Amino acid sequence: MAMVLYFIFFGFILTAILGLLVSWLERKVTARLQYRVGPPLFQPFTDIVKLLGKELLIPRGVSKNTFLLAPIIGIVGAMVVSTLLFVVNMYPDKTFFGDLIVVLYFLVLPSLGVILGGFASNNPLASIGASREMKLVLAYELPFILAVLAVVIKSGLAIKFGDIIAYQSQNGMFIASWSGVISFIVILLCAQAKLGLVPFDVAEAETELAAGALIEYSGPALAIFKLTKAMLFFVLPFLMTILFFGGFSAAHLLKSLFGFIGIIVLIVVVKNTNPRLRIDQALRFFWGPVTVLAILAVILAIKGL
Amino acid sequence: MSVKLKALLKSPWVFHLSTGSCNNCDIEILDCLTPRFDVERFGMVLVGSIKHADVLLCTGSVNRKCIPKIKELYEQAPKPILVVAVGECSMSRGMFIDSYNCPVPLDKIIPIDVYIPGCPPKPEAIIAGVAKVIEKIKNSKLQK
Repeated sequence: MAMVLYFIFFGFILTAILGLLVSWLERKVTARLQYRVGPPLFQPFTDIVKLLGKELLIPRGVSKNTFLLAPIIGIVGAMVVSTLLFVVNMYPDKTFFGDLIVVLYFLVLPSLGVILGGFASNNPLASIGASREMKLVLAYELPFILAVLAVVIKSGLAIKFGDIIAYQSQNGMFIASWSGVISFIVILLCAQAKLGLVPFDVAEAETELAAGALIEYSGPALAIFKLTKAMLFFVLPFLMTILFFGGFSAAHLLKSLFGFIGIIVLIVVVKNTNPRLRIDQALRFFWGPVTVLAILAVILAIKGL
Repeated sequence: MSVKLKALLKSPWVFHLSTGSCNNCDIEILDCLTPRFDVERFGMVLVGSIKHADVLLCTGSVNRKCIPKIKELYEQAPKPILVVAVGECSMSRGMFIDSYNCPVPLDKIIPIDVYIPGCPPKPEAIIAGVAKVIEKIKNSKLQK
């Protein structure tokens, strides 16, 4: 019962609110970087409420169940990850063996939702968008998992969030070590691709694919996709805060908060200063230099640096 | 006023449809997004798909080939949808009024909520027009 409450309160409500605030921050910083004023504070909330009130259209010839289930799959993935992260951050002793792996698996679900929805839409542009999203997932998962492996090795082969947090509170943050810095950069780039932001927004490329995989979605279903994206925008920096800054503990709350906001600002700045890569360039980028960096981080972690 | 309607007025997403215009109106519409005018202040965003849109922004004299596509787009749009005609061409066909290729003006094909005159209209005029749409929604039959 307590778990269900956590799931609803922390996993959904709090994450949605914080995620929408973060996505407002992203839009505002983007606007300021372009010398614009930018949207007001409650703009993302208004967008979601408006979309929930619009008509839900289902295109002819689609599988209705798959089409409507795809956004739900995505949002449930984000909710499970966020609940787990909140629980292990508040009660590090509630961790269980392999929760890091659970989080890695559930983090793929939002992308999987986009892929399923895109292929179920019966639209050529949506199919192209979904296939690009699939290739992007294949591209960034390898360096992402390698970089997480570096963190795991550094904390004495602990595949538990609780142990990773405890190790960092005793021996200092991982971001202060060489392997930590390198795997931080790798995960930052992978987070950019997971969020579908500009250098890697090939799946939703607005100028060439209209809206990509989401082209046929309208009303509440689109609202759920937008909300999932906003929630991920909170969840991924939160995960990185736990992995590299030791989570939000009372001992170094300020440092972690600084790190959290720093991660978001870095993501936004990378978004605003880079053009979009083609899908083949993105794949080559992730399987080439980024994977090499991740392997370097693993080797350094084994050496204890 | 219901929450739904209030939210709609605060974040109108715009889909831009060119029905054979000379691109002048289109450029002025894109001007609205530039730092000088910045319609994102009002929550307006250009979207790529009609299924995401709340406002259908039409430019251009209506070509014969375009007519079925315009009807199709209007039917595909999730309701409530507002239609705005930008520029002289989409209102009265402008200088193409005697052309064999422009049989009827736009408002004979789909219902239009706001007309923004000009060849091309200034970005200020376009923003004022969308503000009028918002006023109109507030007092229209959508309010239930």
